[in-house]
Amino acid sequence: MRFQALFVIAILVVGGLFWGAADAVHPFGNPGDAPMDEYFLRNAQRERGANNVVTSIVFDYRGFDTLGEAAVLFTAVSSVAALFRGKGWQ
Amino acid sequence: MQHPLSCIVRTICNAFAWFVVVFGVYIIVHGHLTPGGGFQGGAVVATFMALLLVSHGATKCLGWVRTRFFYLMEHVGLLTFIAAGFLGIGVTFFYNVLALRGGLFGSAVALGPNSGALNTAGTIALMNCAVGIEVVGGLSMILLYMVQGVLHVDKPTLRGKEEAGHDR
Repeated sequence: MRFQALFVIAILVVGGLFWGAADAVHPFGNPGDAPMDEYFLRNAQRERGANNVVTSIVFDYRGFDTLGEAAVLFTAVSSVAALFRGKGWQ
Repeated sequence: MQHPLSCIVRTICNAFAWFVVVFGVYIIVHGHLTPGGGFQGGAVVATFMALLLVSHGATKCLGWVRTRFFYLMEHVGLLTFIAAGFLGIGVTFFYNVLALRGGLFGSAVALGPNSGALNTAGTIALMNCAVGIEVVGGLSMILLYMVQGVLHVDKPTLRGKEEAGHDR
């Protein structure tokens, strides 16, 4: 019983937070200022010499993030190898 | 999975697998010009292994390939990627030193929409190729390990004669 009351209070608190967050979002169709997007669109081609701005963000401006993605893939391969490695075939 | 599929499927897969490889390599190499890149193109190239495994059966296919090759591919790709990141350590990690310098991947691009040249974008193109090699090796290795893991499961355990382990 006490746990149920606790759950109700938690739901109310989290729901209130979500309501506040949704209320503070900019109105639909009016994204507001986006200085970062403007910077990338204007300067990425000149600075990095790549036609594909998305790739220049993924592999250059945020290259460290891509390193993490590659590490995630490496971890996945390692875990699959550890799980399925048999005796007969190496 | 263990037995080959029909002759029609095998013929189609034999022909189609190589086109898949060509298309994937195109996506990887043109990563800095067109949508796509190392991860996506690598996944497309890894479809080669999946097609062969499904159409020809696991027992035959495992005799054709070595995991060590894909293992090597994955490590070479990841190390090349990190090394390309360390090329720009004079400024910051992952700084693009090769871009707009001339030489390898160093040509300047025309601003605005244009058809693009392959010899641009500096370390971005290098990293695309490295990540592509890594993803090809990694995904192919996942496929091969899973298939050979299924192959080595004991038949009685798989069939489940009397469902052991329920009443304990």
